[in-house]
Amino acid sequence: MTSDKEVEPRLDLPPVPLARPGRWVAAAFVALLVAWIVAILFNNPNFQWKVVGKYLFSKEIIDGVKLTIELTLTAMAIGVVLGVIAALMRLSQNRLLYGTATFYIMAFRGTPALVQLIFWYNLAALFPKITLGIPFFGPDFVSFNANTIITPVIAANLGLGLCEGAYMAEIVRAGILSVDPGQREAGIALGLTRAQTMRRIILPQALRVIVPPTGNQIISMLKLSSLASVISVTELLSAAGLIYTRTFETIPLLIVASLWYITLTGVLTLGQRVIERRLGRSVAETAPDAGIWSRLRAGGRPIAGPD
Amino acid sequence: MTAAIEAMIEVRNLHKRFGHVEVLKGIDLDVAPGKVVCVIGPSGSGKSTLLRCINRLERPDAGYVLVGGHFVGYRLVRDRLHEVREHELCASRASIGMVFQRFNLFQNMTVLDNVTLAPKLARGIGAAEAERKALALLDRVGLAGKKDRYPNRLSGGEQQRVAIARALAMEPSVMLFDEATSALDPELVGEVLDVMRALARDGMTMVVVTHEIGFAREVADEVVFMDAGVVAERGPPSQVLQAPREARTREFLARLL
Repeated sequence: MTSDKEVEPRLDLPPVPLARPGRWVAAAFVALLVAWIVAILFNNPNFQWKVVGKYLFSKEIIDGVKLTIELTLTAMAIGVVLGVIAALMRLSQNRLLYGTATFYIMAFRGTPALVQLIFWYNLAALFPKITLGIPFFGPDFVSFNANTIITPVIAANLGLGLCEGAYMAEIVRAGILSVDPGQREAGIALGLTRAQTMRRIILPQALRVIVPPTGNQIISMLKLSSLASVISVTELLSAAGLIYTRTFETIPLLIVASLWYITLTGVLTLGQRVIERRLGRSVAETAPDAGIWSRLRAGGRPIAGPD
Repeated sequence: MTAAIEAMIEVRNLHKRFGHVEVLKGIDLDVAPGKVVCVIGPSGSGKSTLLRCINRLERPDAGYVLVGGHFVGYRLVRDRLHEVREHELCASRASIGMVFQRFNLFQNMTVLDNVTLAPKLARGIGAAEAERKALALLDRVGLAGKKDRYPNRLSGGEQQRVAIARALAMEPSVMLFDEATSALDPELVGEVLDVMRALARDGMTMVVVTHEIGFAREVADEVVFMDAGVVAERGPPSQVLQAPREARTREFLARLL
């Protein structure tokens, strides 16, 4: 038998890595493509970058951005609260609670958000007066004219929030079911109440499963809120629309809106990473607590833990 | 309470079915204060269900359980048992410690928080006091140095010792062990059995569901052999383990060896 080792290989230098010419060809091709697209973007006068710059921070647009943020956060807050309630109802032994939550989820996931928004906007046609009181038996405490309290912004918040609640319910339920049933039993066996066990033991562990999809939900809600433009809420897209119907500078204003949506999404994505990192602490106990800046330096890739 | 307590745990005519499988077919069990009862038997014989009915993790279909002279889950009104509200049941459970096969340490908390949570929430003990007691207990199971670890950074044996400390922190009057060493690597079984042995020596009333026949022989005051939902044989370990009367017991023990 002969050995490959005709001479002793050098150990003071690393092995010569394999040449990968295909990778270089692909990279060159993509670089060319990107350069071409950039050239088109900047050389085509129809994009009107000057107009984009002019409106990017204009008062109307900024007001629209603020309203978009407000809508997104309110709708998500309503959605999370409703979602937790509906999820707990779905996990209840009580058939009526289970059935009610199931029906809610079916109705609000089963119809387009746009339909729901228009529906809320036209609520006054269905219930001209909205009354607070004891159902069936009275007395009524206060009564409002539906048209005055269901303003377009309220309708948008309600519509988006109720719709979101149905999606969040399933996310929360999946999160709760992901927690080992032994955790609940251990809490109960120690003499904790079911509510204490849920709050202190199960929900905190469910969060690790709930947070990543919730981050996605916030990001899609940010863009879903543009639907409110059809019920005359002047959020970001409407604000841009109002300007371009006046000036006919449609493309640059859509670019303005898009730049803002992308920026806000970027901010949300970073926030999501930070929160996920914190929740992961009991798993990667001794992992360094990397801040946003070290993450950015690492190119957004997760920094390898000691695992 | 009028009658004097003779048994720390008194189980009478306990029945439990899951669907159409009858898991417990009328179990009676008495454990005197400070005594250790080991429950052995083939899997599916109802050992774990019996244990889980004692602290009412499972709701028995018939029969009752008394721990420390108090009904678990019931109140006696004239001659009828009435189911109690959640907070009364919680108070009963708080005085029954349970150790699980899969440890079930709270994964979202450090070792110390695992031990202090229930005393703080269910007993209303102050944080400083709870922590002091927890550290003493962790010291007793040899884990004071790991109080700030999360459970998933501990070995199985260490997790189970923390779980025992967590149960003891409620100062229970009885301890239930549900196959506490079955999920452990063989070399880690000893450290958990040592803690259980010490606990028995200190006079804790214990019901131990186990496959560790050696432990039962050494520590148990009584051995109960369960098969198919009934107690097939019971008696001192010297009799049940060394000279079983029942053919079923002999068969089971022969298979273990």
